[in-house]
Amino acid sequence: MLITTTKGEMDDSLLEHKSGSVDNDVEYTTWDEYYLNGELVHRSAHVTLKKTPFTDLIGATLG
Amino acid sequence: MANQQSMCTSFLGELLSSTHNFSSANPAHTANTADTFKAALYVTTATMNASTTAYSATNEVSGTGYSAGGVAVTNATNPASTNSSTTAGVGYWTPSASIIYSSVTLSTAFDTMLLYNSSQSNKAVAVYTFGSQTITAGNFTLTMPSNTTTTALVRLSTT
Repeated sequence: MLITTTKGEMDDSLLEHKSGSVDNDVEYTTWDEYYLNGELVHRSAHVTLKKTPFTDLIGATLG
Repeated sequence: MANQQSMCTSFLGELLSSTHNFSSANPAHTANTADTFKAALYVTTATMNASTTAYSATNEVSGTGYSAGGVAVTNATNPASTNSSTTAGVGYWTPSASIIYSSVTLSTAFDTMLLYNSSQSNKAVAVYTFGSQTITAGNFTLTMPSNTTTTALVRLSTT
């Protein structure tokens, strides 16, 4: 598989691949990193928001 | 002060003046065309919060493949509302596709997305925060939550 890197497109067999994830109340995030001889040449991240701002509107009461 | 996730207070007041149009079928507007909403990214040292009133390039991320102002948000689904009880209800809206910054290099850590209305003087809607990220010759994707009363990206409720 070809990976877009800071050196141009490279076959992933030439690169060291690291990945990780975070899963908490706010987000589920994954990332992929590719290294060439120890140098980071590609990093992508994917964030899914779980906890979004919520506004509670208070209505006035007549009477 | 760090970035803080929140609905922008100015947005709440602007709703009452019909400033923002998320819908393509809104009789209050002469043209049934929804406004264009955009999503901009901000570095971890920015101070985006409920007091943010409009998009600003100050402390916005910069780097290869990223244009100031961010990207347009896909809006193919009109806002919805429903009653949660006889005296309460929820109005909600979510972009209809993921927000994707493609083929970018963003070397300075960022943790915030500002949703704003580029059709209405870049007025702010809400601030969303997440874990600090950098991107190197890659994509940054924000997948939207489900468009429901409890998870939608923009939710307004009465109790």
